[in-house]
Amino acid sequence: MTQETLLIGLAGVLASAAPIVFAVLGETISERAGVINLSMNGTILLSAMGGFAVAYNTNSLWLGFLAGALIGALVALIVAFASVTLQQSQVAVGFVLALTCRDLSYFLGNPYMGLTGPRLTATPIPFLSDLPIVGVLFFRQDAITYLSFISIALVWLWIYRTRPGLVLQGMGEKPAAVYIRGGNVNALRYVYTIVGGALIGLAGPAFSLAIRAGWMGTISGLDGVGWIALAITIFGGWNPARAAFGAYLFAFLQWLGLVLQSTFTEIPSQVLQVAPFPLMILTLLFVNIGNTEWVERMLALLPEPTRKFFAKLLRAMRASPPAALGAPFERD
Amino acid sequence: MQIELKRIHKHFGKVHANKDINLLIPSGAIQGILGENGAGKSTLMKILSGFIQADSGSEIILDGKRITIDSPADAIRFGIGMLHQDPLDFPPMRLVDNFLLGLPGGLLLNHKKAMQDFAALAREFGFALDPESYVDTLTVGERQQLEIMRLLFLGARVLILDEPTTGISAAQKEKLFATLKKLSAQSITVIFVSHKLEDVENLCGRAAVLRGGELVGELQAPYETLKFVELMFGKVVTLGEKQSLAQEALTLSLNNVALEDARIKIKHVNLDVRAGEVIGLAGMEGSGQDLFMRACAGLARTVGGRIQFKGQNLTGKSYHTFKRHGVNFLPAARLEEALVPGLNLMEHFILAEHPSGIFIDQPAGEKLAAERIQSFNIRGGPLSNIESLSGGNQQRAELALLQTPLDLILLEHPTRGLDIESVIYIWGKLKERCQQGASIIFISSDLDEILQYSDRILVFFAGQVSNPIEASQTSVEQLGQLIGGKGWADA
Repeated sequence: MTQETLLIGLAGVLASAAPIVFAVLGETISERAGVINLSMNGTILLSAMGGFAVAYNTNSLWLGFLAGALIGALVALIVAFASVTLQQSQVAVGFVLALTCRDLSYFLGNPYMGLTGPRLTATPIPFLSDLPIVGVLFFRQDAITYLSFISIALVWLWIYRTRPGLVLQGMGEKPAAVYIRGGNVNALRYVYTIVGGALIGLAGPAFSLAIRAGWMGTISGLDGVGWIALAITIFGGWNPARAAFGAYLFAFLQWLGLVLQSTFTEIPSQVLQVAPFPLMILTLLFVNIGNTEWVERMLALLPEPTRKFFAKLLRAMRASPPAALGAPFERD
Repeated sequence: MQIELKRIHKHFGKVHANKDINLLIPSGAIQGILGENGAGKSTLMKILSGFIQADSGSEIILDGKRITIDSPADAIRFGIGMLHQDPLDFPPMRLVDNFLLGLPGGLLLNHKKAMQDFAALAREFGFALDPESYVDTLTVGERQQLEIMRLLFLGARVLILDEPTTGISAAQKEKLFATLKKLSAQSITVIFVSHKLEDVENLCGRAAVLRGGELVGELQAPYETLKFVELMFGKVVTLGEKQSLAQEALTLSLNNVALEDARIKIKHVNLDVRAGEVIGLAGMEGSGQDLFMRACAGLARTVGGRIQFKGQNLTGKSYHTFKRHGVNFLPAARLEEALVPGLNLMEHFILAEHPSGIFIDQPAGEKLAAERIQSFNIRGGPLSNIESLSGGNQQRAELALLQTPLDLILLEHPTRGLDIESVIYIWGKLKERCQQGASIIFISSDLDEILQYSDRILVFFAGQVSNPIEASQTSVEQLGQLIGGKGWADA
């Protein structure tokens, strides 16, 4: 493999991770506010279909993306209404929505199966795209991939560098404490769930209008992306930068599967295609394993310097979920 | 700021939690609000801090102006800040972020300025708080200091403290009281809510007593303790004579035991506990006493030494083995670790008794529950959900759930947050067990409780464990010093 093809391959990884980046950022925002949006897998399928349908009919890519975001926001509104206002189980509501939206996308998307519609093309950025290495990797992408880069930075800055972001952090942790500090917890939960939902909704058209243009129904290969994004959100420890890193890692593993397939022809291709999923789960296990008592006991058996190293590593990776995640807030 | 409460009523459904309360608190006073659990203190304070609203017709008058408080944010705008019993802060966040959260200002956070404000306030009150450290590394006392700083920075001129001396060390209590006196001198009004007579006597220039939702009396310093007790309970309650029920036989014997968890290491603990004996464990929270107690229950592994129980070696055995041998453990987190929220009293008794058969014998269960409820004086019925009971009644239910026979009872903060009547009742029940030969080991942050009820005391400090101290030969002062890490050479 030449340096050129490697770079192009990696640039492709960054682009193909864009939808997952949107999804994990959206979920991170929502969960930081204390609401689990479990509908993600269905939302992505429905917004992929809806976004494509709108773009096909209007011949406008931007309306397609907008439609995707609106669908995501709408599904999130249902999640917020059920969990914040009706105080129902977020898991049950989200799960049912995940299944409903998926089937709805297959049903409503039937007329659009296999049609060729508009497709987003790369927009190289003048000057920057000519830079060696960096130019190929970051600045010859399409608009939605640029937006994914910007979103990571914006969400990170919002959570960790702004006053409302600090309130957002607090809301998932102890809503009562936000309330006594003057925050309107339930209204804010609506806002963040819907904004998060809109981001998740962008993931759909990022597939159907850019990466794998078109709508292919059940063979789109999108079913399951939402679940893995949910896992990556946890891997990311509710930190947008770490979650985005997880999304890139997953896209990288998928790409590696494809590359290795041509090298190791004796391995059945299915193995390499499926491998990223269990690998992600294993990573997840590794990240959160430090929480368990038996690991602490095993560590105690190691010689001191090694033990310290592993203990530090595990502690650095360990992330605890927002304490009030999934719990409705009532004044008292 | 002067506060006047006029005709405050509050109904929760049928319950009349506050009945026609009228109270005037002058500016700069330290006003005690005293009463047993369920007397209506918390309701009144929640009304004043905007958490809940009083029934219509109630009036709150601030410096002569009638105000309506619709939310805690409203209250703080009027200058009323409340320090809640479980500090309402954010444990995984840094102190400076806790301080910043909710402060008004621009979109972007200005950490640098917050650090300066934080340092200036901390200096003024002599609080040793590092703004870069995380709240979950602080003690309850330090978290209170953080909240006080935040409220004052927000411009609070009235500070309400709800049971602030629960769960803090003696030294921190002294510090807190000094701070409150300083604030009162700056004409900040302090409202100190407590069920601890002694604290109110030491701190407050005036006190109001609530009982059954009514204001039954107002007193001014100097106080007559008996008068207080009579107002609180409607009758005279006294602590029983201190008596030792220790027998000759050994229950538990620890030989050179070493323990370790992620935070703390304990070495060389030697202790022989006799039947009927009560051992109190003193120390600041997280000094190792909780780990020690869990090791005695078989919940934490020993990394060295031997644990003998009535002559049998139980070192390294599981919790269930300990339980089979007659060890019961009542953790401090009642609803999280000891009881099952969502199940009612009857179901708890059935679970604890392991009756035979697959099906639940409802009538027999209800009968059993009714008996226990009566003999343990629990306010609730067999079908009351456990989480609907008050703290004191949950604690009684836990005692009612203890198995019989029993040789060792391990208790974490058995009476934390309970009023004196419940405390006396619970210790009465525990001493009955001692009479039957059970030993007790308990953790408490209340040194008076430790002195009153223990035969011997172990003090923990950062994983160090003192030799057993005879309760009759020590004092609150000595224990307080040891807890703070002083005077260990001769302990």
